[in-house]
Amino acid sequence: MADSSAPAGGLLTTSDGRSLKSALASAQKRAKRRAFLLVLPLLAFIVITFIVPIGQLMHQAIYNDGFSANMPRVTAWFAETPPGTPPDETAWEALALDLKDAAAARTVGVVGTRVNYEMSGTRSLFTSTARAASRFEPPYREALLEEDAKWDDPVLWGTMRQVSDAYSANFFLAALDMTRDVNGKIVPMPEDRQIYVSLFLKTFLLAGLITFTCFVLGFPIAHLLATLPMRWSNLLMILVLLPFWTSLLVRTTSWMVLLQQQGVVNNSLVSLGLISEDGRIQMIYNQAGTIIAMTHILLPFMILPLYSVMRPIPPSYVRAARSLGATSWTAFRRVYLPQTLPGVGAGSLLVFILAVGYYITPALVGGASGQLISNLIAFHMQSSLNWSLASALAALLLGAVLVLYWLYDRLVGIDNLKLG
Amino acid sequence: MRKLLVLSTALSGFAVAASAQEIAVMSWGGAYATSQIEAYHKPFTAQTGITVVNVDADNPAAPIKAQVEAGNVTVDVVDLEYADAVRLCDEGLLEVLDPSILSPAADGTAAMDDFLPGAVTDCFVATIVFSTLYAYDESKYPSDPPTTIADFFDTAKYPGKRGMRKGAKVNLEMALMADGVPADEVYALLETPEGVERAFAKLGTIKSDVIWWEAGAQPPQLLADGEVAMTTGYNGRFFAATVTEGKPFKQVFDGQVYEYDGYAIPKGAPNMDLAKQFITFATTTQALADQAKWIAYGPARQSSGPLVGMFMDGKTEMGPYMPTAANNLTNALPSSYEFWVDRDTELNERFNAWLASN
Amino acid sequence: MSESHTDAFVAFDRVQKSYDGASLVVKDLNLNIAKGEFLTMLGPSGSGKTTCLMMLAGFETATNGEIRLDGVNINMVPPHKRGIGMVFQNYALFPHMTVGENLSFPLEVRGMTKSTREEKVARALDMVQMGAFINRRPAQLSGGQQQRIALARALVFDPKLVLMDEPLGALDKQLREHMQFEIKHLHESLGITVVYVTHDQGEALTMSDRIAVFNDGRIQQLAPPADLYERPDNSFVAGFIGENNKLPGTIEALSDGKALVRLATGELIDATPVNVTQKGQKTLVSIRPERVEFKPEMMPAGAHMIAAEVLEVIYMGDILRARLRVAGSDDFVMKMRNTLGQTRLSQGDQLKVGWHPQDARALDPL
Repeated sequence: MADSSAPAGGLLTTSDGRSLKSALASAQKRAKRRAFLLVLPLLAFIVITFIVPIGQLMHQAIYNDGFSANMPRVTAWFAETPPGTPPDETAWEALALDLKDAAAARTVGVVGTRVNYEMSGTRSLFTSTARAASRFEPPYREALLEEDAKWDDPVLWGTMRQVSDAYSANFFLAALDMTRDVNGKIVPMPEDRQIYVSLFLKTFLLAGLITFTCFVLGFPIAHLLATLPMRWSNLLMILVLLPFWTSLLVRTTSWMVLLQQQGVVNNSLVSLGLISEDGRIQMIYNQAGTIIAMTHILLPFMILPLYSVMRPIPPSYVRAARSLGATSWTAFRRVYLPQTLPGVGAGSLLVFILAVGYYITPALVGGASGQLISNLIAFHMQSSLNWSLASALAALLLGAVLVLYWLYDRLVGIDNLKLG
Repeated sequence: MRKLLVLSTALSGFAVAASAQEIAVMSWGGAYATSQIEAYHKPFTAQTGITVVNVDADNPAAPIKAQVEAGNVTVDVVDLEYADAVRLCDEGLLEVLDPSILSPAADGTAAMDDFLPGAVTDCFVATIVFSTLYAYDESKYPSDPPTTIADFFDTAKYPGKRGMRKGAKVNLEMALMADGVPADEVYALLETPEGVERAFAKLGTIKSDVIWWEAGAQPPQLLADGEVAMTTGYNGRFFAATVTEGKPFKQVFDGQVYEYDGYAIPKGAPNMDLAKQFITFATTTQALADQAKWIAYGPARQSSGPLVGMFMDGKTEMGPYMPTAANNLTNALPSSYEFWVDRDTELNERFNAWLASN
Repeated sequence: MSESHTDAFVAFDRVQKSYDGASLVVKDLNLNIAKGEFLTMLGPSGSGKTTCLMMLAGFETATNGEIRLDGVNINMVPPHKRGIGMVFQNYALFPHMTVGENLSFPLEVRGMTKSTREEKVARALDMVQMGAFINRRPAQLSGGQQQRIALARALVFDPKLVLMDEPLGALDKQLREHMQFEIKHLHESLGITVVYVTHDQGEALTMSDRIAVFNDGRIQQLAPPADLYERPDNSFVAGFIGENNKLPGTIEALSDGKALVRLATGELIDATPVNVTQKGQKTLVSIRPERVEFKPEMMPAGAHMIAAEVLEVIYMGDILRARLRVAGSDDFVMKMRNTLGQTRLSQGDQLKVGWHPQDARALDPL
């Protein structure tokens, strides 16, 4: 019988002799194509707005053609000669002609900025020399040195060689408080310029602390929400969600009104006589401000996953534990709490990841000590305009979060995650 | 990154979509933008029929860089600080301006001779001189009020929190001046490691008392809220708070650091000719003098000086509030853009590290 | 203090319960349960039976009155100190623990050593024939298996009293009947006292020593199953337990345990007076369908028979069920055994029906 029973080869076939697998695939092709067309808009949206920008961000962190694109002759000379070669007349000529072109194209600022990232104080050397570049005649070495003697500095040539390669790990090095010395060896940044590593650590520490306070404050509320009769829990739910419906800036600003030294909380404490007029507590523009305001803002992200896990837990579990002889604490610890763990995990991960990347709130209420790494990323995006360093920092932050996510998966299991 | 910027600038483009008879001017918001709207935008529209749309930014240099690099420029004219204008010009992000579009003074003096030295560069025309200085709350120091930049750093004699801008620029200069360095030696000293060390050491003496601000609107607010007793800030903002809002703030011009601010055209601006027309209009002797009616920033043309009179309230003499008034210039420092374009990265890194260390 | 038996194992003494302070869910409950008894609380939902069970377990507190366990007032004893085993409606097996851990839980909180625990768990699992499942999670078990585990967990710490709250509600019919038998068997072999709550009268009749029928916050009747079925005290119990025919009428005559009732349509029938006391009283006469006769030779002498018309005959395998029009009512039911030679009725047949007077009970009018 030529039907679906297993033939000698072990492969199942249909009644007309085709393999069962291919028959199934062709039968499902239409349905699969339709399903794919349905998700296509979302897929395209994610690729365009998420994957492509992140890819470009990663690329920008290792790629900066500010020098190589605008100084083609010097770049070519560096490519031809081994590292450490002292500049010969070919090199000087290339430099002079490149500067002349860059001045004409008004790109010398880009070149100077790129070199200046690695070697402070060189930007004006490029811009001012470029202004005179149209006058340069051979021999170029003398012409350039006459304009500015700094051009003879071997460190400068070493730096130019480094940045002539558009692909460079230097921004990542800078983001890790490291730099290259004259010989290209990786060395730590001078101590008084080291900032990012400790700031990364502080960011993770603060985010952890905020996650913990969110958990401590959010758990009882979520439990109350899950166990109160419907009409009360709805009212409470509105209170929990209220912050979501208010602008982030409004919420942050209201914390400023509340917490500042002449603010509501301090005024109340003074009028109650709990603190003296001079002893007003500094609760904002420091770490405390960041923790308080961010805990408030992120609390719903902890409460909602907890609530969604707690709601379907019937009270009979705790009752069963009690009837089996457990005190209410044991029943909570052994029976209730373990069942809420997926929600605890989801809420904590959510709050932690949001806190690690938070920027507006610490910028407004964090003062100097409450700043997070995102504030420096914003600084390099908006003020110093060093987008490559900003990208490197952002990529490191992304990497660190992914590592945490992976750790979570290994320790808890990602399928133990319940967002709602 | 670039795609993202294209998207976001495209979106913001909808908001300021410039039709043929409309130009977008990006500036700093607040009292400063108001003064520009009153002195430049409105008369320009009245005269030419071209609508001027004002766009606010914390520091227009960042969005302009983003827009030009993404190739999607929606702004026609941008208001920049001098150092940023020079930097963006060097990077080819701004249009080169022909000085011949600037109109001469009433007495026939050529524009290039009429503007203050260095006020017109390849890509930039200064409109004002603004100053970073400090102001204090008069009620906090009823007797023997602070008068010098050294007093700002003297928390023993003048107790209370201080406000300072979060960044190295201006703070390092002020620190050295407060430490007794004459204004004309400040930048030479800051070029040396010892000078930088000394500036940070001086800042360190008040670090624990400082609340750091970022946006120009914050300092008057911090003062008004009583969060700080004195703070550095932009003189125009302090003026607005003192004169128009009647706050008891007093500015101290000793140790002020002043700088040009003015107009430039981003590369690839959609309405290039209208933008130039606007700049010509906004930089006449009279227009610059008119702006000083609205905010206490000094006009960048010499011929505008004598025309500056009363504040728009009709009773406040502007003279004493101008950073360029002779009385206010006894110990004042013109900000050096050459210094900052070179040292910006290094010193801000160092500043951030210093800030984060305890 | 009160005249209720202080030697009862479980005693509800004038217990009242209110949730809102405005109405009573349980109204004056008095109930004594003997040691080793299997008592079922039966009633429709909202009748107060589950509330009574929860008060006994300690999850609800009595608003008034006293609950005693082994002579001790337990009103203020928290649930974990009552030592009562409980099986919940949806088993309430802890989903994050294995079967073994579930069973071990009550032993752990009692501080038993590991070896004792293992031994007791193994014994309890063997008792319900689930020894092979010790390392499974509840989610990997079928409903019937979960039920057995829940039972084993409620018994593993050797409680003297076990409460069961509709434990078989989620099972299909066949499995339910099988489990009824197993529970009954365990009850007998372990000698424990069981208080069982259900709304399924068949389950109650099969398993119980005594049944307390609840309605409207009160016990309507407390009696062994046969009494309850055959001698219901009132119309509610008669209607709730099993099928019955109700004929409304007025008492025509009362004499030595016999009543003559005149129906609304004028016919006279015989009945046993239950809660009627005088002539002229309104009553509801209740007759079980299987006690209705239509063959005059089966009737005692002098018994009344009344006219009936067959409306429908349904073949149900073991029995035949006929719907009749009797005394103006269209839903009078008669059941006949499906035996060889049984008279086959068909639609439209006219006949007369009657019953032995002791099978018809004249109850309170509803």
